Amino acid sequence: MSTQSEAPRIGVYICHCGINIAGKVDVAGVAEFAKALPNVVVSREYKFMCSDPGQELIQQDIRELGLTRIVVASCSPLMHEATFRRATAAGGLNPFFFQMANIREQVSWVLLNDAAATEKAKALVAAAVRRVALNESLEKSFVPVNPDVMVVGGGIAGIHAALTLANAGKKVFLVEREPTIGGHMALFDKTFPTLDCAACILTPKMSLVRSHENITMWTYSEVASVDGYVGNFTVKVKRKPRYVKEELCVGCNQCVEACVFKEGKFSDEFNQGLSKRKPVYMSFPQATPSVVQIDPTACLHFRTGKCKQACKAACERGAIDFDQQEEIKEVKVGAIVLATGFKPFDAGRVAQYGYGKFENVYTSVEVERLVNASGPTGGEIHLRDGSAPKAVGIIHCVGSRDDKTNKYCSRVCCMYSLKLAHLVKERTGAEVYNFYIDMRTPGKGYEEFYDKLLKEDVHFIRGRAAEVTDWPMTKSEEGKLTIRAEDTLIGVVRRIPVDMVILSVGLEPRADADDVRRLFNISCSHEGWFLERHPKLAPVNTFTDGIFLAGACQGPKDIPDTVAQAGAAAAEALALIDRGHVELEPNTAFIEEEKCSGCKTCVNMCPYSAISFDAEKFTAVVNEALCKGCGTCVAACPSGSAQQHLFTDEQIFDEIEGVLSYV
Amino acid sequence: MHYLYYPGCSLKSTGRAYEESLLAVVSALGINLKELEDWNCCGATSYMSIDEKKAFALAARNLALAEESSTDGPAQLMAPCAACYLVLNKAQHVLDDTPELKAQVLDALRAAQLDYTGRVQVRHPLDIFVNDLGLEAVKAAVKKPLQGMKVACYYGCQIVRPYATFDDQYTPMTMDRILQAMGAEVIDWPLKTRCCGGSLTGTIEEVGLRLNYILLHEAKRRGANVIATACPLCQFNLECYQDKISEQNNERIELPVAYFTQLMGLALGISETKLGMQRLFVPVKTAVNA
Repeated sequence: MSTQSEAPRIGVYICHCGINIAGKVDVAGVAEFAKALPNVVVSREYKFMCSDPGQELIQQDIRELGLTRIVVASCSPLMHEATFRRATAAGGLNPFFFQMANIREQVSWVLLNDAAATEKAKALVAAAVRRVALNESLEKSFVPVNPDVMVVGGGIAGIHAALTLANAGKKVFLVEREPTIGGHMALFDKTFPTLDCAACILTPKMSLVRSHENITMWTYSEVASVDGYVGNFTVKVKRKPRYVKEELCVGCNQCVEACVFKEGKFSDEFNQGLSKRKPVYMSFPQATPSVVQIDPTACLHFRTGKCKQACKAACERGAIDFDQQEEIKEVKVGAIVLATGFKPFDAGRVAQYGYGKFENVYTSVEVERLVNASGPTGGEIHLRDGSAPKAVGIIHCVGSRDDKTNKYCSRVCCMYSLKLAHLVKERTGAEVYNFYIDMRTPGKGYEEFYDKLLKEDVHFIRGRAAEVTDWPMTKSEEGKLTIRAEDTLIGVVRRIPVDMVILSVGLEPRADADDVRRLFNISCSHEGWFLERHPKLAPVNTFTDGIFLAGACQGPKDIPDTVAQAGAAAAEALALIDRGHVELEPNTAFIEEEKCSGCKTCVNMCPYSAISFDAEKFTAVVNEALCKGCGTCVAACPSGSAQQHLFTDEQIFDEIEGVLSYV
Repeated sequence: MHYLYYPGCSLKSTGRAYEESLLAVVSALGINLKELEDWNCCGATSYMSIDEKKAFALAARNLALAEESSTDGPAQLMAPCAACYLVLNKAQHVLDDTPELKAQVLDALRAAQLDYTGRVQVRHPLDIFVNDLGLEAVKAAVKKPLQGMKVACYYGCQIVRPYATFDDQYTPMTMDRILQAMGAEVIDWPLKTRCCGGSLTGTIEEVGLRLNYILLHEAKRRGANVIATACPLCQFNLECYQDKISEQNNERIELPVAYFTQLMGLALGISETKLGMQRLFVPVKTAVNA
């Protein structure tokens, strides 16, 4: 595609990157080598090419030596391609007359042998020099950004992000899968380390979401499809039928009273199955929206068709609607914040702790409900038979820091275990034993809270518990659950008989995290957490522009960190929206019409639906605004008419020849 | 169904009843076993802690023989003794993980005109009965259901740890399910993989007997009238010291300890002598009828 008639004048710059590159690669040797390559006018080495003086070097050479093409051999283009394109442009050239050779991530950081590293660096520089000669002058295009935002997930992360965006005047669509927003935080009675009431700080925010003029809240809903690109997403949301008209229901609960089931008979999900609910129910008193729902798998009308529909008769506002159907809403937004949260580890997977076998072995989430004033026991901590426990064991790291389940630390369990230890001690006076591997309490006021617990006569045994068992070795163990653990501080095996065991379960990615990841076209870490663009410098961005992460869907987090991250995600979304437009990389595909045979192979292959077919010309047509530059059509095209800017066949072949000519 | 059979030393000596009952049961279930020719000691668990190279060469020779005698696909080598099962498994893992040791072991094998490429699957009879034959087939062969038998299924440590190849490391269930299919009642007994003391009964007797007491006492307390095992050493430890244990703890313990294959054999209607029942010190029948 090169239309260059005169020979290009190329400048080559080899970066030391301190000792990151120069410690392995003979940079002076590479610079010397590059001088002899075709069309190279100048070749230099410099300590930090990304620094201001480094960039100035490029600009000066363009002005003084009349360079027309620039090659920088340094780090990954992900780091500094934009920097050097700017420097090239500042020197007066089209920014795409620049080519980068990665001699850090692909050379100095991964090769052990110095000589081999230098040789590989030379090969990559030779390739870049061959390629840059064919680079074309390209222009970035700009598309406007839709100012509306979607927030997916209505836990504390989603709530905080939605409110921040809405308070900044943006229109927000908040989508929540469950019948109410609130997420895991709504389950808790107290929060660590301040022991302030979780509901007291959460429910005002929930109700603000409900009443905010800029927020459209869709609960009991899931995202069904996402199309488009940064600034211009089209999202379809599936609203599941709750068989109650949300706009009419005021949450008076008269239908619940009237239901033909006089007592709750079905496992109450919100109370972790520790109580029973009716087929028509509200998750908890402060559920938001304050609207009931009917569970069709439990409701007599749906199961048999023979119910006198007492609920319907009891509703003065006519809100009950047995004929409600699933509804699909379509909205257009410019940015999406994912705040889909986590799932607690399934304690049954660690069979030796007896969860599901011994009735008084609880998960920490269940105990959160037991200690909650609006929970199944009204905040009383008692065993399944109603008696109060005299001794309680709390086993840390269940499903965390364990080769067999999850290797990572779940970060919140030490602190919530301390909180539960305090609450159990306070409310029952029981002896409380914590079995821990290490106490991890880094956070504002966290270590102090641990210290306070030590003074409250809570016992701490350092050692991963081996098992929970009901076989007694002594009289004092009869009728009890015995926790066996090696106390690694005194070097003995201990057996502690208790009445109640609390398993401090870790945090895991949601079961369908991989489906959600595909839906939004983002990546996951190998554990299944959504992957941030950069662990340090872009912690709320994803590799897909316009999609941001908030809260525990990105990795285990406590409430303060979750809220901080949600604020950051909202701010990033605002920065995108308020700029008003996005720049599109000009690395889009195009069709050489005279070669196109009209076979439509590419039309079906394109994952972004960016290619259409022009029946009159009988050729394929690429919509450059939709094209993401993935190259699928280029590879698939049987006639070679589909080509891609920045990646034409000639450019790629020349680059390969550059490597081969050296090797 | 064809398998190579690696008996190991125990099944030819103290554990004869295990071999007798195993061979009778597999034949009744239509499984063909061919004893590995010229097999040698597996080295047991003690040798590898003294000289790894020799210990794994010893184990690997058996694997190499198995490979040599299998013409189609990977050799399926049945190792009923828990220690043999573990050692052969462990040899495979260690050789895979440590190329230097593997090179030395292969050198040693080559000196005996043998080679080992890894095409051997070491299998336990519990695994074969449940996963190859299937519980339905085992159940269909039952002639005399084990009525009235309350079994504590004892797996010991070596079948499931450290390599949980076919069952859970802490709460294995294959033996429970087989004996249930035989009509026995299996009791809930959380000590099923707890240590029997191994060779401690011979070295630090006090500790070894204490460990066996815990197992026997708890099995009795939970209503077992027989303990089923899959390990010759476990069987020996649990059965042979009962008088001494009873005396030391002021508690009469008289609990038969049989190989799970013996109990299977009874259910399959095989004669007691063919199952080596007469070799048990505490007879099973007495306990069941009592």
